[in-house]
Amino acid sequence: MPTTAPTAHALSDVTASDSTLRRFLHGLPGVDAVGLEARAASLGTRSIKTTAKAYAIDLAISMVDLTTLEGADTPGKVRALGAKAVHPDPTDRTTPTTAAVCVYPDMVAVAKEAVAGSGVKVASVATAFPAGRAALDVKLADVREAVAAGADEIDMVIDRGAFLAGRYLKVYDEITAVKEACGTSARLKVIFETGELSTYDNIRRASWLGMLAGADFIKTSTGKVAVNATPANTLLMLEAVRDFRAQTGVQVGVKPAGGIRTSKDAIKFLVLVNETVGEDWLDNHWFRFGASSLLNDLLMQRQKLATGRYSGPDYVTVD
Amino acid sequence: MASAFEYAPAPESRSIVDIAPSYGLFIDGEFTEAADGKVFKTISPSTEEVLSEVAQAGEADVDRAVKAARKAFEKWSALPGSERAKYLFRIARIIQERSRELAVLETLDNGKPIKETRDADLPLVAAHFFYYAGWADKLEYAGFGQRTTNGHSGSNPRPLGVAGQVIPWNFPLLMLAWKIAPALATGNTVVLKPAETTPLSALFFADICRQAGLPKGVVNILPGYGDTGAALVAHPDVNKVAFTGSTAVGKEIARTVAGTEKKLTLELGGKGANIVFDDAPVDQAVEGIVGGIFFNQGQVCCAGSRLLVQESIHDELLDSLKRRLSTLRLGDPLDKNTDIGAINSAEQLARITALAEQGEAEGAERWSPACDIPESGYWFAPTLFTNVTQAHTIARDEIFGPVLSVLTFRTPDEAVAKANNTQYGLSAGIWTEKGSRILAVANKLRAGVVWSNTFNKFDPTSPFGGYKESGFGREGGRHGLEAYLDV
Repeated sequence: MPTTAPTAHALSDVTASDSTLRRFLHGLPGVDAVGLEARAASLGTRSIKTTAKAYAIDLAISMVDLTTLEGADTPGKVRALGAKAVHPDPTDRTTPTTAAVCVYPDMVAVAKEAVAGSGVKVASVATAFPAGRAALDVKLADVREAVAAGADEIDMVIDRGAFLAGRYLKVYDEITAVKEACGTSARLKVIFETGELSTYDNIRRASWLGMLAGADFIKTSTGKVAVNATPANTLLMLEAVRDFRAQTGVQVGVKPAGGIRTSKDAIKFLVLVNETVGEDWLDNHWFRFGASSLLNDLLMQRQKLATGRYSGPDYVTVD
Repeated sequence: MASAFEYAPAPESRSIVDIAPSYGLFIDGEFTEAADGKVFKTISPSTEEVLSEVAQAGEADVDRAVKAARKAFEKWSALPGSERAKYLFRIARIIQERSRELAVLETLDNGKPIKETRDADLPLVAAHFFYYAGWADKLEYAGFGQRTTNGHSGSNPRPLGVAGQVIPWNFPLLMLAWKIAPALATGNTVVLKPAETTPLSALFFADICRQAGLPKGVVNILPGYGDTGAALVAHPDVNKVAFTGSTAVGKEIARTVAGTEKKLTLELGGKGANIVFDDAPVDQAVEGIVGGIFFNQGQVCCAGSRLLVQESIHDELLDSLKRRLSTLRLGDPLDKNTDIGAINSAEQLARITALAEQGEAEGAERWSPACDIPESGYWFAPTLFTNVTQAHTIARDEIFGPVLSVLTFRTPDEAVAKANNTQYGLSAGIWTEKGSRILAVANKLRAGVVWSNTFNKFDPTSPFGGYKESGFGREGGRHGLEAYLDV
């Protein structure tokens, strides 16, 4: 992946100071909320059937970041999750593996062992997840611990307080510091918690801020607040990565997270990807679902397509 | 991993609609043959398949229908408004119940995508009947009174009598609703001529009138060509003429009606300007431009067919627009994933083709996305013209097809001057994040409808109509009542 395309230099000036960064972010095209939501809703009416549905379900399974982020997580729970990521449907070995398992930093080593040799990545939510309200040193220590334990991906939350106060450079500096701590071995997903940014204009600005600071992925939310991924905010972020690549040559991934529970919903998101940024992003290197309950619905739909009959929750595994 | 995400076909079943091999005229509550026995065929524009044979009304039939409407007028106009409202509400509910059937029928007969008939046309059709049903018993509060001998308005507005209505083929059922709902709500009776290429949904509507128990003669439907319409307009016992269609025909009607007591409203052509300022919400503006000109294959009188882009963002916007056009799906209109359906008729396709060729000949730069055109039927790929100036024919003439002319401007004044520099004045659009600019520019645009940060949005509560050669009179909203009342 190119990191210093020729045109990227033109954008490096904008991070020179808080005021240049502010001017740049506030100079981005506005977002008309009504129009954005109407477009997302109209793409949601695409009728996906038969072969296209089978393709979409397998693609969606391969894009799932299977997640457990509970205070009660144990090594046993994480091992079970790892096993499921490798063989989502034990009755059908043609089922693709999920993209990753996502755990807290202290569980990275366990997860790593559980998915060893399968190609499934281990992602870890570092940086004082989910509030992000800790000193930078603490966040960086969190990241280093996860990376040292073998995490392939780091999911960081931004400091929403700083963002909403207009201290964009502080947010930028934190992201670049975390990116540096990721080194070359881990890809960085930057979580905006879009529900707390509240306006679409803010979400577009945050997307660009994240990408300028070196995010490999931009991600909607933690799944821990009331409003998480929506078709509209995901469409908006897809437009941002599309425009960013056009301007800098750098491709950035997108991850909607939280609240996507059914195959039908997941397919709607894939339609958004297909018709906004196209094939280049229809791959788990560039698009992910942060959703754990989604996987079982995808598996049940997959079984239905294979057998012509609906099974039930006991025909797929609990974690 | 499989290659691209190709959507499998998702066709809407046509078994829900039962099209008879032949249909008669609907006069005085009965289906009947034409006096001279003439018939014509209606075909499906996407396949050229003959759908049905339809009776063609002649002068004698027009006379019969007007007489039936005149007779029905006495009782219908004497009903309390609340009684008329009951019939209109009943019609509205039947339309909702049969909306899937009507959507499939309209798509078959017109060629427009099922997505649009299902999600735009039919909900609006029902909404118009519901809206005007609500007015039927409140006419005294609409602000229009009966004309008194001293020229002042009094209370108690009265209906005009028999309304002769002629509607186009682009929104067959919706235009019927725009005309019939206010006419009946105000106590008039109706003789309506649907377009020759799309008569079926009006004939299904006749059946709905019977299903609703509407008194005989209140609504009469006379399929036919231009001469049928001309006979209806000229009939001495018609009190009100309402026409939606081309400006040329509108002028002819105005000449016919001139000097008579008939009241007239005309909804004619347009060449709407869609103005995009450099601070516009770009992604939504692109959607609005697409919806403005490619909705219903551009066969919309208020289409945003002239894109006026601020020069500073021209290249960027055009790149976005072309990329977006490449994702439009053209094909079988019954497929739920189709965005662009068929052109309504061979004649219309020929007209679009000729105007597009003229655009090229006059030096504008033509662009279309790569798309497969089906072998049978009438199709025209979505088309953009750049380097267009006010002097080009494609910037002046209404094309009534999926063809967008792109022009540029440098200042708001220039945008307004160019937008207004047309013989038409039906619609316009403004795209900017600056609220004060929306108000300032909208006030200077001579167009009946000005949309801001959206386009082609309709609502029964909102009046619709034109300036200049786009016609006069308003349909929809409280204003739409005036055209059917003696005020």
